[in-house]
Parts: sequence; structure tokens; C-alpha cells
Amino acid sequence: MARITLDHIRHAYGPKPSTDKDYALKEVHHEWDDGGAYALLGPSGCGKTTLLNIISGLLTPSEGKILFDGTDVTHLSTEKRNIAQVFQFPVIYDTMTVYDNLAFPLRNRRMPEGEVDKRVHDILSMIDLSEWAGRKAQGLTADQKQKISLGRGLVRSDVNAILFDEPLTVIDPHMKWVLRSQLKRLHRQSGFTMVYVTHDQTEALTFADKVVVMYEGEIVQIGTPVELFERPRHTFVGYFIGSPGMNFMPAAVSGSALVVGDQQIPLEGQPLTAPNAKLELGIRPEFVRVAREGMPISISQIEDVGRQKIVRASFQGYPLAAVMSEDTEIPADPRVTFEPAGLNLYADSWRVEAGGQQ
Amino acid sequence: MSTSNVKRSWSWIVATLYILFLILPIYWLINMSFKSNSEILGNFSLWPQSPTLRNYMVIFTDPSWYNGYINSIIYVVMNTVISVTVALPAAYAFSRYRFLGDKHLFFWLLTNRMAPPAVFALPFFQLYSAFGLIDTHIAVAIAHCLFNVPLAVWILEGFMSGVPKEIDETAYIDGYSFPRFFVKIFMPLIASGIGVAAFFCFMFSWVELLIARTLTTTDAKPIAATMTRTVSASGMDWGVLAAAGVLTIIPGALVIYFVRNYIAKGFALGRV
Amino acid sequence: MNKTWNNKAWFLVLPVLLLVAFSAIIPLMTVVNYSVQDTFGNNQFFWAGTDWFSDVLHSDRFWDALVRNLIFSFVILAIEIPLGIFIALNMPKTGIGVPVCLVLMALPLLIPWNVVGTIWQVFGRVDIGLLGHYLRILGIDYNYTQDPVDAWVTVIVMDVWHWTSLVVLLCYAGLVSIPDAYYQAAKIDGASRWSVFRYIQLPKMKRVLLIAVLLRFMDSFMIYTEPFVVTGGGPGNSTTFLSIDLVKMAVGQFDLGPAAAMSIIYFLIILLLSWVFYTVMTSQDAKS
Repeated sequence: MARITLDHIRHAYGPKPSTDKDYALKEVHHEWDDGGAYALLGPSGCGKTTLLNIISGLLTPSEGKILFDGTDVTHLSTEKRNIAQVFQFPVIYDTMTVYDNLAFPLRNRRMPEGEVDKRVHDILSMIDLSEWAGRKAQGLTADQKQKISLGRGLVRSDVNAILFDEPLTVIDPHMKWVLRSQLKRLHRQSGFTMVYVTHDQTEALTFADKVVVMYEGEIVQIGTPVELFERPRHTFVGYFIGSPGMNFMPAAVSGSALVVGDQQIPLEGQPLTAPNAKLELGIRPEFVRVAREGMPISISQIEDVGRQKIVRASFQGYPLAAVMSEDTEIPADPRVTFEPAGLNLYADSWRVEAGGQQ
Repeated sequence: MSTSNVKRSWSWIVATLYILFLILPIYWLINMSFKSNSEILGNFSLWPQSPTLRNYMVIFTDPSWYNGYINSIIYVVMNTVISVTVALPAAYAFSRYRFLGDKHLFFWLLTNRMAPPAVFALPFFQLYSAFGLIDTHIAVAIAHCLFNVPLAVWILEGFMSGVPKEIDETAYIDGYSFPRFFVKIFMPLIASGIGVAAFFCFMFSWVELLIARTLTTTDAKPIAATMTRTVSASGMDWGVLAAAGVLTIIPGALVIYFVRNYIAKGFALGRV
Repeated sequence: MNKTWNNKAWFLVLPVLLLVAFSAIIPLMTVVNYSVQDTFGNNQFFWAGTDWFSDVLHSDRFWDALVRNLIFSFVILAIEIPLGIFIALNMPKTGIGVPVCLVLMALPLLIPWNVVGTIWQVFGRVDIGLLGHYLRILGIDYNYTQDPVDAWVTVIVMDVWHWTSLVVLLCYAGLVSIPDAYYQAAKIDGASRWSVFRYIQLPKMKRVLLIAVLLRFMDSFMIYTEPFVVTGGGPGNSTTFLSIDLVKMAVGQFDLGPAAAMSIIYFLIILLLSWVFYTVMTSQDAKS
């Protein structure tokens, strides 16, 4: 178990990076707590796998240092870093039994057989595979195999961190859900630092204490699921998290109000922005109220999704989505209001923190 | 990515040593082919002291020599075309359908690949004599089908099984007839498999001597047979023998070059 | 893949069936026919029953050739399979040199078999061959036309030269199909080089190795051309393998009856081996 410090890390795959564009991973400078559950979330090509490989030691960063509990491990090999990793598809030793698969990392480290037996049985019951112990690993289902590869990480009590590289890719939708909740439980039981790479927001939000959202090679926000939802620091986080994503519309500041089209939306206080920045108003569909009062909109579509419905509308020529409970009635002449708590202002895609609605 | 540089250079050493072992005898043959007989027998040298093209000239000017090459190429190409053509539908049947006796049939085909040519040499001679086919190209081409067709079926079946069945079904839904689907859609999908199968047919037909020699006398005699006979008759013309040998390596080398990207998968018969 | 039951598929198989029947069944029937008859020339045949079979099975000549063939196949496998695995394991996986390596390695496989014989005949000769010449200089008394041991060594080295690449290429194909993640996981688990071989590489190579072992066994069991060119089966009968003996008997001495009987025994041995091969292969296919 360890605290992971990423000290001014940058990485480029090309030999001589000069501009910012050459870096697959732009500067990362963060510290991750011991025993935390972190998710790296972002679309493919955003640099999350690069960052994971830097932590696991498969890649040496072009610049910067990585420290485990304050010890520099930048140039240590994977095996010396004492980490475990679960890959996209299950990596198991086909010819061994489930038991031997779990014992393998311990036996390689010359642990006495008695202790091995104890550890392996602990882990077997933890991952619910006790009755499969004597079976050949080959014939198991994908989720059982994935649990074995996870178990091989958990079995070592000294690992600094367990890394997950999109571990649920090949798992059936139903088993995904089961495994996800088991993973959460295992994290609490074991107390290992876990880093989980995924492009699926549900996986990230349910698993992690802290979600690290990455976009085009940089970390755009690190926060709890609630923070990501309520206060996205970057328009990308707004789009990417939540379903449907955040509504954005170009806006201008006039006095203490935002102007969208010919509508004025009052703000609490004057935001401080550079005069030539591109300003956008962002509001989550959950904070949009459709009623008889407010600003005019025209509704184009209503989608029924279980207990909620999504209203697709046009507001001042910009698309606007609203989420409301199933039984809310939509008036014939619909109007809209924005809850002040849900208003966010973005300048050049980054959230304006100062001044306004903190 | 994960291998260290030290390990990488070590791996090149093994491969290099092995290739050296493979190349050395071939080099010696090439070396000899540029020497005169008196130099070969007279003084030992690692490369030709007075290089000569005489040996190659002998082959290129004497019809009994160069016809051997032409004969070999003719029946090898005929065999490759026949083998792949008949193997394609059969391999499709084996990869897509179950039918009465399919397993037994497949096994029986495979046993022919395993049949020792020595067993078949004599009966072949009598069979083809009866049909008046002795000393024709087609006789050798058909005889070589004995082991090439099963092999082609086997390789193609391996590659075809890798193509999802949904593709066939989609094509039929789109209104393709079977022949049109097979030629227009399916064959392009397994193009590499067809290439590998053709490569193997070419290879085994090209390297086989026993049957080819038995079924031919003069008009369709393969180069390989020409070599063995001329050698015993002319009292060991080493230079010409070496030159003829070098020339038999060239077609094989050319064919490998064309399939170089599929070699590994091809030799695993599409079954990795 | 689950296949649909369709007997019309027979039509697709028909061309293959007819062609192979023509090249295999008719000749085989001829052989069977000869094996149970005797002739005194002028095309008169007499029923000979199983006499030829018992003759063959009681002749030292057949058993000697069979034993020689089995020893040869065994030695070939014992050398080529481990050597092939070793070379494949140490093959570079990436780089521009890889295709060059593969092409050069495949080269011996495409040389006509009698030319392979010729190459080694020349290479090993004491007077004009590189190998023979240098062995002589090193003070080793080597002459494959006189000494049976030298003849065996030459034939075996020749076969190793000729066919090890097949094993290398098969194993290499198996190895490159292993995803990087397996090696990374093994590193993380602290596996030794041996463990990586034993638990990752060997299991992945199992199928192709099976193909390699059986192909090499069959082909070495049928070997004819290469040793025939180099040694002609000699010195004495020391390198007379089954095929060489059979051709000698059938074409050289025109002893059709015994030759046919021997062909059938030979073929039955091969059939048995093919059956083992096929059963093992299909059970592997079924498992994966």
C-alpha cells in the first residue's frame, strides 16, 4: 500500500517533443492517497493508458518523477515496483489450477508453503472461488478468470497498488454489475490503493472515491463523483459525465447577469473573466425546470426513460435537455427556469471559479 | 517495449547463427556454380578465383537442361491451380456444414497427405500408362494432387473457420447467389489463406521428385530428374550440377518473398 | 463454430473426392491386387494369399529398414523439436530484420529434395566440399561414402538443416500470438524465465508443436530422396530406410508381390499414425 506521487510528469512517444501537441500526456502533478480508489476516466486516446503504464513501470516518462511513499521509482522495473495489474482481457495461466494461479506470485517470491496456503484460501473466499480451487483455470468463464487475475494481485500483502486496465471489457453486462460491486467491497476489505482505467462513466463513478477525468492528454478534473456532477471544471467533464450531458450555450456577461440570445439570466455577483475569452453557460439537465413560468422554449421531443423523462427542446436557438420525473406534466406553452445552484460559467472551456456562484 | 537491449542483441545472435548454418551449404553450391570443373577439383578456395559463367551457359543453351525447368514450372503451376480450385468449395463445405460422413471424409483426405510417395510410385506408373498419360505434364500435376489437395483443403478450412458465419448469412439475405457470394465476397476475405494454400501446393509439387520422375521420360521430365540423370551420365560435371541446383532454388525464393508476411501464420496452417 | 447439417455440402466436396479417388483409390487397389498374387511373367497371375505378407514380415530386410527408420525419426525429433523451440524463443519479435529472417529460414524448405541431397553431397565431400575439407583439416576422419556412422551423421545433419525451420516457423507463429499482457502479468507475478516458458509460452505453442511433431514424424518416416541422393542407401545398407528399400524392390528388382505387400504394411503403419494425429488434433480443436 502506498501513496503515489506524480511529480511533474510528461510523456511523449516521439523522440524530440517540442510543442505541447507532441506530448501524449501533458503535465501531470498530483498526489494520490494511500488506500484510495481512483478511476482514470476518459475517451480512448486521452492518455489514460499512458499514465497507467507510467505508474506500472511499462513506460518511463519523458519528464518528471514518480514516487511511491516518497521513494523515487521512476527508473524501477515493473517487478521491482511491487504492483499488481488486471488487464483488459483475463490473463491467467491456463494449465494451472485456480489454486496454483493464486499461489504463483507467492511461490515465485519463495514464501513458505504454509503461509501460501493460508493467503490463497483467504483470497479464494474473498473472491468467492473457494469451491473452484482444484479446477483447471482454462474452463472458467471470463468473469471468473478476471477474478483470478485480480486475486493474483490481492494475494500479495505487500503490493503498493493494484492497477486495472479496463478490466470489465470482456465481461457480460449482467456480470459487470456483480463484479463492480464485488470490486468495491474488495477495496474496502483489502485497503489497497487501486487505480482503475475506464472509458465508462458508470464504472468510474461507482468504483472510485476520486475520479480523474482525462481529455486530450491532460487531467481536466480530479474529484468525487458528486463534484464532477455538480461542478465540472471543464466543459468536457460536463459533456462526458451525466446522461444526458450538460447543456452548454454561448453567453455574454452584462452587469450581474448572463445573456443568452435575448434572455437575461441573473447571477449572484460579477464573474471575473478575461474580456476576450469565449464564454459559455453550462447547466445540467437535472437543474432545468420546465413549467408555465420563465423563459420561452420550444420542445422537439420527449423521451421516456423509466422513472424519468428527458425533454429535448430548443432555447434561444440552442439545444437544451431537461430531466424531470415521469409524472411531471408538460404545459402546452412550456417555459423554462434554471436553478441558480446549477449555473456554471465557462471561459475558454474552463470553469470560472471566482466571483459567482460558489 | 519490455525487453531490454541486452536481451535483444542476444536474440539476434541465435537467429544469425542459425541462418549462417542454413546459408553456408547454399553458399558453397553458389560458389561452385561459378567455378570451372578444373578449379573445383584442383584447388580448394572459399570463393571463385577465376569466376566463369560457363556452367550457366551450358544450361541456358542446352534444351535438355532448360526444358527441365520449363516442364517443372508447367506441371507445378497446373497442380497449384487444380488443387486450389477443387479445394476451395470442399474447404467451404467442411468449415460451414456438417454432412453425412464428413469427419471420415476429412480423415481419409488427410491420410493421403501422409501416404508415402514410394508406395504410390509403381501403381501410378501403371495407372497412367493405361490412360496413355505417361510423360505428360498433366499426369504429374494430377498425381501431385494426391498430397496437395488434402493439404489445400486443410489450410483453407483453417482460414475459412476464422470468417464469421454471419457474413455468409448477410450476403444471402442481400440476395447474393452462392457462386456470386463465394467469388465476390468470400474469396477476397480469405485471400491470404488462398495465397498460403497456393504457396504450399507450389512448394510440395516443386520439391517432389520420386513421383515426377516415375511418370516422365523425356517430354515432361522435371529439372530435378534431369539433374540426377545427367550427373550419372556425364561423369560428374560438378560445375553444371551446382549451377542447375542454384537455379532450382530461385523459384522457391521468389515465391517465399511474395508470401513473406504470411509465412508464420501460413506454416501454422492458419490454426494459431 | 456451430455448423448446420446439410447433406448438399457433398456437392461441394465432390470434385475433391473424384480427383483424390482417381489418384489414391485406384492405385491402392492395384497394390492390393499385386500383394495377393504371384506372377511368372507374361502377365499370368496366381493367387498367392497372404504369402507375401508373411514373407515381408519374416524378412530381416524389412525389419532392419523399419528399425533404422524408427531410430532416424526419433533422432530427428529429438534434435529438431528442442532446437526449433530454442531458435523460435530467441527470434526477435519486431524490427525490419524479422521478415528477412523468416524468408531466409524458409529457404531450405523450398529447395527440391534431390537438390538438398546434392547440396549436402557436395558440401560434405572430402575433396571438394567445405565441410569435408575443414573436417579433414581439423584432423577428423570423415567420409560419408565409406563410414556408416559418418553417413548417418550427414543424413541427420542434412535433415536438421532441411526441416528445423518448419519447427521454428510453427513455434514462432504460436509465440507471436501471445498478447504482451501475458508477459507483463508474468513480470508482475515475479515469474522466472523458466516459468514464463513453462506456463505461458509452452501452453500457447502446444497446438503448433503438435503439428510440428507429427508432420516431422510422418515426413521423416517417409524420407526417400535426400538420403538416396547423398548415400544411395549405403554404405552397405546402413542408410536404407523403408522408402528406399521399397523403391529398390519395386522398381529396381521388379519384385511386385513383396513390394506391394510391403507397401500395404507401410501404409497401414502410416494410417495408424495419421489416425493418432487426427484424433489428437480434433480433440485439441474441440477443447479450444
